[in-house]
Amino acid sequence: MVNLKVKDVEFSYESVRVLKAVSLELAASEVLGVVGPNGAGKSTLIRCIDRILKPQHGTILLDGQDINALHLTELAKRMGYIPQTTSQVFPATVFDTVLMGRRPHIGWRSNEVDTEKVLETLKLLNIEDLAMRDINELSGGQQQKVFIARAVTQEPEILLLDEPTSNLDIRHQLEVLDTLRNIVTERGISAIMAIHDLNLAARYTDSILMMNGGSVFAVGDPSSVLTTENITHAYGVEVEVNIHRGKPYILPIRPVGRR
Amino acid sequence: MVSSTERITETSKSAVIKAQYKKYIDRKIIFILFSIALIVIITGISATLGPYSITVPEVYSIIWQGLFQHPATTEEFVVWNLRLPRILMAVLAGMGLAIAGTMMQGIVRNPLASPYTLGISSGAGFGAVIAIIYGTGLIPWAGSGYLTIVNAFAFSLIPVFVIMALARFRRATPEMMILAGIAMMFVFYGYTHLIYYFADPDAMKEAYFWTIGGLGRASWETLTPMAVMLAFCIPLLMWRSWDLNVMGAGDETAKSLGVNVERVRLLIMILASLLTASIISFTGCIGFVGLVAPHICRICIGGDNRFLIPASGLFGATFLLCMSTLGRTILAPVIIPEGVMMACIGGPFFFILLIGKKKEYW
Repeated sequence: MVNLKVKDVEFSYESVRVLKAVSLELAASEVLGVVGPNGAGKSTLIRCIDRILKPQHGTILLDGQDINALHLTELAKRMGYIPQTTSQVFPATVFDTVLMGRRPHIGWRSNEVDTEKVLETLKLLNIEDLAMRDINELSGGQQQKVFIARAVTQEPEILLLDEPTSNLDIRHQLEVLDTLRNIVTERGISAIMAIHDLNLAARYTDSILMMNGGSVFAVGDPSSVLTTENITHAYGVEVEVNIHRGKPYILPIRPVGRR
Repeated sequence: MVSSTERITETSKSAVIKAQYKKYIDRKIIFILFSIALIVIITGISATLGPYSITVPEVYSIIWQGLFQHPATTEEFVVWNLRLPRILMAVLAGMGLAIAGTMMQGIVRNPLASPYTLGISSGAGFGAVIAIIYGTGLIPWAGSGYLTIVNAFAFSLIPVFVIMALARFRRATPEMMILAGIAMMFVFYGYTHLIYYFADPDAMKEAYFWTIGGLGRASWETLTPMAVMLAFCIPLLMWRSWDLNVMGAGDETAKSLGVNVERVRLLIMILASLLTASIISFTGCIGFVGLVAPHICRICIGGDNRFLIPASGLFGATFLLCMSTLGRTILAPVIIPEGVMMACIGGPFFFILLIGKKKEYW
C-alpha cells in the first residue's frame, strides 16, 4: 500500500511563483481530485509529483523516500502520468503506444509477457478493436483511453491524471472516469487527478484538494470542500450547491466581484 | 454457460490481435529483407555498367574471389578498384545519412529535420569551400590531401554545437532547435556565396563541384574511416530506438516513462551529427536522402523505430545506389553527380509518394 506525502512544495517558472507551500497526503486506494480556477497550479503540482518539473523548495516522499533519490526508471515503475494533451507526430499503432508503458520494465526488446500485459489492458479498457489503428486517427475520447491504457500497463502504484475529461463528450467523460475508478479498486492503486468539472470531481473522487493562486485553499471530502462559500471565494462565481444522492451537485449562477 | 462462451470469444479476440500484430511485425521484417536483397542485386548490375563490359555472374564471382586474393586480371581490377568502391560508398553513405535523418527527426519530433535543415550540410560545404579556395582550414596541420575533408568535418559540427548549447543553456524546445538549424543553414550559405563572389573562377568551380555532392572521390582509403564511423554509431543509435519511440509521444510522457529526455536527445544528436559529418566530408552535400528515406519507410512500415532505423538505413542505401547507378549510365561517359541525381529524380519520386499516401500522418 503506497503512501505519498507532498511537503511545502514551491515552484516558479522564471519569476512567476506557481506553487506556494503546497502540502498534501495521498492514502492507499484513494482518488484525490485537484480542483481550482485556471492558473491555480493544478497541472504544475501534478508535474512536480512525477518529477517532470523540479520544485525549488519542499519534498515529495513516496513511502517515506524522497523521489529525487529514486532512479528515473524506478519512479516510472511506481507512478504513471497521463498528460492533458499529447503530440504524437509520427505514426504509431494503439498496440505500440500501449506497449510503450512497458518501457520502465524492459531493456530494448519486449517479450511475450509484455504482449500479454498489453492485451490484458486493452481488454480492461475495452479498446481491443482499436489495437491496430493509428493513434492519430482516433477521436479524443478513444485517445484518452489509450493513454490511460499506456499508464496502466506501466503497472504503477499511483496514477496521475491531468484533466482526463477535457475535450470529451459526456458519455466518454463517464466512461473514462468509471474505468479509472474500476482500475483503482481492482488493482488497489491510488490516483491524483486534476479536473475542472466540479460535479464529476464530487462524484468520482474520495477527497478533493481545492487550489487557488498556487496555494491549497481547502482540502477534505467532496461535501466539505465543495461548499458555496469555498467555490465563490476561489472561482468568483455565485453557485447553488445541492445534495444529490449524497454528493454535492453544483449549479453555477453568475460571476461575482472582480477577479 | 453464458460466461464460458464469453470467455471463449474474449480469448479469441486477444488471439486475433496477437495474430494481427505478428503479421504487422512480419511485414516490417520482410521490408528489411527485401531491401537487403535489392542492394545485392543492384550491386551486381551496377558493377557491370561502364566502358569495360563484364556480365552479372562474372561480377559476383570476381567479388567472391577478391575476398581471398588481390585482384590480378583486368576484370578483377575494374570491379574491385574502380566500381566497387563507388558502389560501397553509395551503400554506406545512403545508410548513414538515412539513419542520421531518422534519428534527428525522432529527437526533434519534426518531419522537417535532416542533415540539411539542421545546418550540418551547409556547415560542411562552407568548410570545404574555405579549404579549396583559400587552401587553409580550422586545423591547418592536416595534410594538404585531407585539408578539405578535415575542414568540412570540423565546420559541419559547428551548427550542432550551437544547437546543443541552446538546448543546454536556453532550454531550447525541439522547434527552437530546428529553427536555429535553419538559421545557421542560411548563414553558412550566405558566407559561402560571399566567398564565391570574390573567388577566382577556377577555384570557385572546384569548390562548387564539391558542394554539389557525389561519390567521385570513392576509394578504399576513403571508405575505411566512413565504415568505422558507421560501425561505431549505428549500434549505439539502434540501442536507443525504444527511448526514441517513447520520446515520440512527447517529452512529458517520455519523462514519466523513465527516459532522461535531455540526455538521450543530446547523445543522439551527437552521434547522428558525427555520422553525418563523417559521410558528407567525403561525399559533399548529399542531404536529400536523409530527409526522404525515413519518410518513405514510415509510409511503408510505420513509425516503430526498432524497425524503422534499420529499414530506413537499408532503403537509403538502395536509393542512393540506384541514383548513383543511373547517374553513371544515362549520359555515359559523362557521370552525373549523385547529389544532383538525388534531387532531380528522388525529389519528384518523393513528391508522388507524398500525394499518393493513404493515411494522414504529419
